[in-house]
Amino acid sequence: MIRQRRRSVFTALAGALALVLAACGSGGSDSGTQEQLSAQDVQAALEAGGTIKVWAWEPTLKEVVTGFQQKYPKVKVELVNAGTGDKQYTALQNAIAAGSGVPDVAQVEYYALPQFALAKSMTDLKAFEADKFEGTFTPGPWTSVHAGEGIYGLPMDSGPMALFYNKEVFDKHGIQVPATWDEYVAAARKLHAADPKAYITSDTGDAGFTTSMIWQAGGKPYQVDGTNVKIDFADEGSQRFTTMWQQLISEKLVSPVNGWSDQWYQGLADGSIATLVIGAWMPANLQSGVAAGAGKWRVAPMPQWEAGGKATSENGGSGLSIPTAGANKALAYAFVKYATTEEGVKTRVDGGAFPATTAELTSQEFLNAEFPYFGGQKANEVLSQAAQNVVGGWSYLPFQVYANSVFNDTAGKAYVSGTTLSDGLKAWQESSAKYGKDQGFTVN
Amino acid sequence: MAPPQPATVVPDGQESATSGAGTPGTARAKLPRRRRSWVGWRFVGPFLAVFALVFLAPIVYSIYLSFFRNRLVGGNSFVGLDNYQQVLADPQFWSGVGRVSLFLVVQVPVMLFLALLVALAVDSGRLYGRNFFRLAVFLPYAVPAVVATLMWGFMYGTRFGLVGNINEALGITLPDPLSPEWVLASIGNIVTWEFIGYNMLIFYSALQVIPRSLYESAEIDGASQLRVITSIKLPALRGALMIATIFSIIGSFQLFNEPSILQKLVPNAITTDFTPNLYAYSLSFSGQQYNSSATVAIVMGVITMIVAYVVQLRGMRKDG
Repeated sequence: MIRQRRRSVFTALAGALALVLAACGSGGSDSGTQEQLSAQDVQAALEAGGTIKVWAWEPTLKEVVTGFQQKYPKVKVELVNAGTGDKQYTALQNAIAAGSGVPDVAQVEYYALPQFALAKSMTDLKAFEADKFEGTFTPGPWTSVHAGEGIYGLPMDSGPMALFYNKEVFDKHGIQVPATWDEYVAAARKLHAADPKAYITSDTGDAGFTTSMIWQAGGKPYQVDGTNVKIDFADEGSQRFTTMWQQLISEKLVSPVNGWSDQWYQGLADGSIATLVIGAWMPANLQSGVAAGAGKWRVAPMPQWEAGGKATSENGGSGLSIPTAGANKALAYAFVKYATTEEGVKTRVDGGAFPATTAELTSQEFLNAEFPYFGGQKANEVLSQAAQNVVGGWSYLPFQVYANSVFNDTAGKAYVSGTTLSDGLKAWQESSAKYGKDQGFTVN
Repeated sequence: MAPPQPATVVPDGQESATSGAGTPGTARAKLPRRRRSWVGWRFVGPFLAVFALVFLAPIVYSIYLSFFRNRLVGGNSFVGLDNYQQVLADPQFWSGVGRVSLFLVVQVPVMLFLALLVALAVDSGRLYGRNFFRLAVFLPYAVPAVVATLMWGFMYGTRFGLVGNINEALGITLPDPLSPEWVLASIGNIVTWEFIGYNMLIFYSALQVIPRSLYESAEIDGASQLRVITSIKLPALRGALMIATIFSIIGSFQLFNEPSILQKLVPNAITTDFTPNLYAYSLSFSGQQYNSSATVAIVMGVITMIVAYVVQLRGMRKDG
């Protein structure tokens, strides 16, 4: 009898489980036919009003939302910070998999966009006539929001690389601003010899930095054609970078401090980290994070592989995309356009962001802005120039988010053991290729 | 519904399964046989419902997930036991298992021995300021693991941390506790620090229930303190030791918090497959490989159960 009762309870439990499982399983993504959207539709949606949810962490968007709501009083925008970078992508991917709670607009970095595009998680904005913005944006970011034939977002900011350096430290030790990477290595040696506590820069293995450096050196380690992927870190550009950077690692000329840590900010402030080769979005971060460095820092063009060259690459930067599962795409698109091509751009530039639009990048007001933080230097002249000279033809992996997460497992070994950076990158290549194959890509 | 976190769920469920298995059945058997009565079920119903929802459902869902493979290209498909085959042949998984096994074999005996020593010292009654001592040893357990790890992480720092200060003050170069070679030992140190007090309390409470009369007769027989320990206290501690060992085995195999937090400080020393739980976590959260992640969690749960069971069997044989 007891056994029987037990069985009935288990039947009930099994029933409950079945319900739970059914609930879990029902989140299939339905990528139906692509809907079209014209300018009139967007205008109509703005007049009708409604509420949209935006997931983004970029600080200047707050002002943009305020401006947008003033212009279109019937529309309400909920700006949610669902985490920065990876954290937000995880939340977003979970929401998309579950089929509920998906925002109408999401901020996605360029390197992560192909992954979302491939899974058809983001709307192809070509159907919304987004291709007319071709000339509006600078080439780097504009290429970055493309995946295959589609346009999966509008560029919000960009990060052409430049050399940020501490002039006070350079002057003290009589170091010239390096124009080439050879000069950079020489400067690193001279600085560290003069002051053993000072380093030219810090690096503990950063996938984004490494890929951007290879990009500038003309390397194309990732070749992506639909689901055919080729990964090759033995190409000339990659080798150029590893040969140069290996000297800095082997001779312990880079500070072993993790980027964005408290020690890193301290190092930038006290001169023990003398330069940063980083994206053009850095000034706002320096101003807020390294207040003590005000007046000491300057901006110079990125060091070159060939004397007299001008090549740069993108480092970071993100766009605004519209998830396929979003509810109100017309309003979402109106907001994305406002923030990236209309009044929102000025709001963001005033807030210290680095734009991706040609008009702002070439406007006299932008170029002539003097930065008190950089000792009155017109820093945007350098940065804007960098934006024009991004090397073309680069692409990220359609699973770059994962690849970057295992960078330190593999290439990171070069920073803590006898492994060379070149071998580290080879291991990274293998690890990325394995994941790609697991995910159904053709990798070779 | 958000995917469950198999990494933490499986061992939890198994823990409660071992502790809750025998009791309801025996209690019910004592009831006089009567007409079919649902009163009892009404009492356990709420528990069973919650139990099913938060313990069984995630396990069943993980098992369900482990039979599928969801790919970026090709979508979701049923793959049978393929995932298990893959995990069992995965060197990254086994390197994690090897690491936590090494941790188990070295750290657990050290920790339990120290905890035993402290418990005996507190119990001996000869300790000055016994209550303060007991509290001081227990205090680290009250510090959240995250805070403890961050604290130790800063102390381990060779540039700005305590280790760096010692190096500078004494003009020596200590091995870097956060280098790939030493980081496992450093984590062992943190875990030992955290859990000595907890295990001490288990031992201490077992010592408290020993009848005082035994000590009196030992004294009459002229037994030395050492003899009292080996003949009375240690045998009485066997059950407690068994429990502490099993908790520690589960804890070692579940190692996650400490490496996960230290990883942010030293990403090159702690890989994403450092421990099986960390591996399951990265598979799931950076790779979106929920299926492999669920499989790793289940395989690890089974391994933990087997090891805990073998240890328990051995312990019981000694008892008998």
